[in-house]
Amino acid sequence: MPDPLLEVRSLRAGYGDFQALFGVSFSLEPGQILALIGANGAGKSTLLKAITGLVPADRDAVRYKGQPIGGRSANRIAAMGIAMVPEGRRLFRSLSVEENLVIGGENGRQGTWDLAAVYRLFPVLSEKRHAPSTSLSGGQQQMVAIGRALMANPDLILFDEISLGLAPVVIKDIYAALPAIIATGVSAIIVEQDVSRALSVSKRFICLQEGKVTLEGDPQTTGRAEITAAYFGS
Amino acid sequence: MDWVNAIVQGILVGGLYALFATGLSLIFGVMRLVNIAHGDLIVFAAYLAMTLVQATGMHPFVAALFVVPVMAMLGYALQRMILNPTLGKDILPPLLVTFGLSVIIQNALLIWFTADSRRLPAGGLETASFEVLPGLSLGLLPVLMFVVAVLVIFGLEVMFFRTRFGRAFRATSDDPEVARLMGLNNKHVYGLAMALSAAIVAVAGIFLAMRTSFDPASGPTRLIFGFEAVIIGGLGNLWGTLAGGVVLGVAQAIGAQISPGFQTLAGHLVFFLVLALRPNGLFPRMDG
Repeated sequence: MPDPLLEVRSLRAGYGDFQALFGVSFSLEPGQILALIGANGAGKSTLLKAITGLVPADRDAVRYKGQPIGGRSANRIAAMGIAMVPEGRRLFRSLSVEENLVIGGENGRQGTWDLAAVYRLFPVLSEKRHAPSTSLSGGQQQMVAIGRALMANPDLILFDEISLGLAPVVIKDIYAALPAIIATGVSAIIVEQDVSRALSVSKRFICLQEGKVTLEGDPQTTGRAEITAAYFGS
Repeated sequence: MDWVNAIVQGILVGGLYALFATGLSLIFGVMRLVNIAHGDLIVFAAYLAMTLVQATGMHPFVAALFVVPVMAMLGYALQRMILNPTLGKDILPPLLVTFGLSVIIQNALLIWFTADSRRLPAGGLETASFEVLPGLSLGLLPVLMFVVAVLVIFGLEVMFFRTRFGRAFRATSDDPEVARLMGLNNKHVYGLAMALSAAIVAVAGIFLAMRTSFDPASGPTRLIFGFEAVIIGGLGNLWGTLAGGVVLGVAQAIGAQISPGFQTLAGHLVFFLVLALRPNGLFPRMDG
């Protein structure tokens, strides 16, 4: 059995005096998509921030490719190949579409993803490459945010609230791009409001409730009632 | 002709004020830090150049080849060691720390150099002039100052909008947290921004020292002029800052024509008017 790509062990994290995660553990194999589900305030975003180094964590609570990375600075973790598509897109507003993409790749690694590859994946961005990033629609901005993460040629991408605030037809387009992304060998953790959609694209899921993992498993073999109970608490 | 002369001199002095202002504006733009010690750093650079010139007899422009990189390194170190730890959601700590720094620099200069006012001899450059029209002559030094200010601003614009450094500055200014997710070390980016600001400070300090006499307490006035140029021109717009410097310089020149004692006050009054009527400055940034 090879090392898991990412291993989270009894992770506790929070903001200042407020603790949001109480001993979360799970692991992610290379090439896997993991759905992270849970109600608002369950700690999903905090978990992603602890993995990317935006909130402090114990050294050994997060291991990536066998190395402890908990509490390392976010820029060093990014350089190791973990990219994030943040909640609400958060594009750089004073940068053009193309500059947003370029900056994603500048401090990343070599690999299959470059500007041309991102434009092949999302052709509409190529037409708007010189437009200010703020002039795009929500869906197009999400494409830029995904492209920006891909440009770093990461081994692991974290999608925070991937479809929040997007029109259904756009969400379909975004999800249609996922297989092409995963086919390049990237692993992913997806945080998604739409639980059934998240479960349909993933091989594994974990459900958080009040900062603890209440259920994990294979979405194909786990009953809906069980998931509902883990999601809302019983 | 006196009036034309005064206004032209005012325009050229505006170049110096723009040099005071760009470093201030750059730092505020990248990290929302108001550097109260900015004027004192200008004076510190002036003393550094003076010491070098006195020790070696070199021309101030040759001294600039040393003073500019030394100031840039000091700026980087200052940011990494003292200012970065103060940055956060609260804007008060960096304000207080740079205020303290301002007091420390002034008093350290007072100990080393006494309160005597000094001037940097520039080998006749400070008095050289040429006649453009009958009755209208321009000082070589003010013209040079203005040209350098334009070049510095042009260089900064190119750097900001065409280079990787500029992208990193803009991205970090937009969203420091996401910039870190892109692998940018914001502490280093802030250090580079302060280094750049300090390099411009060095240029401004050398010109200041050649143009007027200075003493350890000269800093705060330079800070005020820099501030006024930034605000008059509009925050976040470097060419606006140049225009702001020119407006300030012309206002002071006109004030001085009316009565010598009215010079500085006239500049402050124009600043006050702009602030009251157009709080975003004359040329606010369009995309801001």
